[in-house]
Amino acid sequence: MDILTWTYILVGISFALYIGIAIWSRAASTKEFYIAGGGVSPLANGMATGADWMSAASFISMAGLIAFAGYDGSVYLMGWTGGYVLLALLLAPYLRKFGKFTVPDFVGDRYYSNKARVVAVICALFISFTYVAGQMRGVGIVFSRYLEVDINTGVIIGMCIVFFYAVLGGMKGITYTQVAQYCVLIFAFMVPAIFVSMQLTDNPFPQLGLGGTVEDGTYLLDKLDGVLTELGFTAYTSGQKPMMDLFAITLALMVGTAGLPHVIVRFFTVPRVKDARLSAGYALVFIAILYTTAPAVAAFGIYNAIDSVAEKPVNNLPEWVENWQQTSLIQIDDKNQDGIVQYVADPVVNELTIDKDIMVLANPEIAELPNWVVGLVAAGGMAAALSTAAGLLLVISTSVSRDLVKNFNPGISDKKELLIARTAAAVAVIIAGYFGVHPPGFVAQVVAFAFGLAAASFFPVIIMGIFSKRMNKEGAIAGMLTGLVFTLGYIIYFKFGTDLFGLPAEALSSDHWLFGISPEGIGSVGMLMNFIVSFVVAMATPAPPAAVQEMVEDIRIPRGAGVAQEH
Amino acid sequence: MSHQEKMKAYWRKNIKILLSLLAVWFTVSFGCGIILVDQLNQIQIGGFKLGFWFAQQGSIYVFVILIFVYVWLLNKLDKKFDVHE
Repeated sequence: MDILTWTYILVGISFALYIGIAIWSRAASTKEFYIAGGGVSPLANGMATGADWMSAASFISMAGLIAFAGYDGSVYLMGWTGGYVLLALLLAPYLRKFGKFTVPDFVGDRYYSNKARVVAVICALFISFTYVAGQMRGVGIVFSRYLEVDINTGVIIGMCIVFFYAVLGGMKGITYTQVAQYCVLIFAFMVPAIFVSMQLTDNPFPQLGLGGTVEDGTYLLDKLDGVLTELGFTAYTSGQKPMMDLFAITLALMVGTAGLPHVIVRFFTVPRVKDARLSAGYALVFIAILYTTAPAVAAFGIYNAIDSVAEKPVNNLPEWVENWQQTSLIQIDDKNQDGIVQYVADPVVNELTIDKDIMVLANPEIAELPNWVVGLVAAGGMAAALSTAAGLLLVISTSVSRDLVKNFNPGISDKKELLIARTAAAVAVIIAGYFGVHPPGFVAQVVAFAFGLAAASFFPVIIMGIFSKRMNKEGAIAGMLTGLVFTLGYIIYFKFGTDLFGLPAEALSSDHWLFGISPEGIGSVGMLMNFIVSFVVAMATPAPPAAVQEMVEDIRIPRGAGVAQEH
Repeated sequence: MSHQEKMKAYWRKNIKILLSLLAVWFTVSFGCGIILVDQLNQIQIGGFKLGFWFAQQGSIYVFVILIFVYVWLLNKLDKKFDVHE
């Protein structure tokens, strides 16, 4: 059977599976809709968190990003896994004990202030919409590349699927579909990686293959360093970014991960505090399987690409290169007309442009794997995008129905609240779909926003709410606003300075960055400012009421968590 | 020991565990993976330069271990102070 048939079959089966699960696990109450009834096992929640967290970007783009960044790509690997240590140790168990349904719930109650709650809702909505637009686009791209349909048709099909199980099933439906999606995506990522590792290094474990030897007996990484330096690039195992920036980006990504509302909310779904701790551990195991394989896929990919294309005759390239040239993910332009592909660091002489997504997407073909593996990668990419989109849509609908409508109209019935939640989810799917079809030009930049915001607002405010009894609403609000305004201002200035304020590009270059920290890493400075301002303001204003201080004491003790409670 | 004192002692122990685990978290990622990377890269183990290995592999393995150690220590602490569920 050809690739297209296999892709239709595998993607079709996976979609049928998701819909089946959604029907079986549809939500009947708000508690099921918001937190899956609070009875999810730590293992299942860990898997669901893995799928929730790993987006189309993790599945398709990250390996390629690392392939071209080499050592500098480590910021993503450490940043997007290290956050789980913070989550497990500093947030998840206490938020679980707190026992409400959302992050703004915690902020509003702990800081006895609806203003704080509304600021938290706005942050949650902004972060989630930013993210979900990218996911819908990811679904569309996978569709168009593998199923040969138009990107927009792909987005609409993706919308219908997510609509079905997010709106119908709420958190309960999402949780169990995410478990299935995790299995699909990890299988799809690992199979080609293992085969490529065996081909290149004779080692079935990509994690070890990365440190293995290639055909001629030299170590893969040493060889890669040598080849890249010869072509004028930086050696693979050493970076270009200054240490300060690496430090700041890694910290911002870690702290941002721990502060993302769709990740935090997953830990409300387990029965007990100790399950929340354990579940974070399982989640990181499932994430680490992909995150320790990705750097291997990256190194294998760039090695294979250089080995099979660089310095080769233009009209005698491997078949996979020609296939992917049609999608313009690989572009070859024989500038000097010598019939040979030159791949060098100098952009004037360089004749080969490789899109980063190729490292994962073309992997099965590079390794000459059977056609069904290609179909599997398509299903995997789709699973990664859909699972993340669903988790985000749930945060959006919960923020609207619970943190806004229910909070300001406490009298509404459970049934009505559920209806509002479903409507909000439906509207959010449509908005997300719209952004998928008409992507704002700044999708790539706004990811920096999402992490920067989460790092500079949610993370400090929750940490202080748990670890400082003295922290009051004045401190928290002042801190959140300082963190937000500073981080947003910095990112907007350096990312959009030319478009918005007509600043010359030269004024926005890295020479002008504060302490040499890029906009991607500035969230860590925003976080520090938030902490400092909060403490100073809190010391100058009255301590929080006794009831709030008691609540803080209570969330520190595991016993008595029960199932998450209604007000 | 009164109940309140007991809870204070529990919290102090908890903070101590957190701080020691976070010290390891910081050391493997920011320490070995970023600050000391050039020095550690002088050491080669198999095909890996050690600093590079910490940045792209080692720190992630340590993160996983850290969370499970935390779960184990805290479950023990909860039982000892009789606050387990």
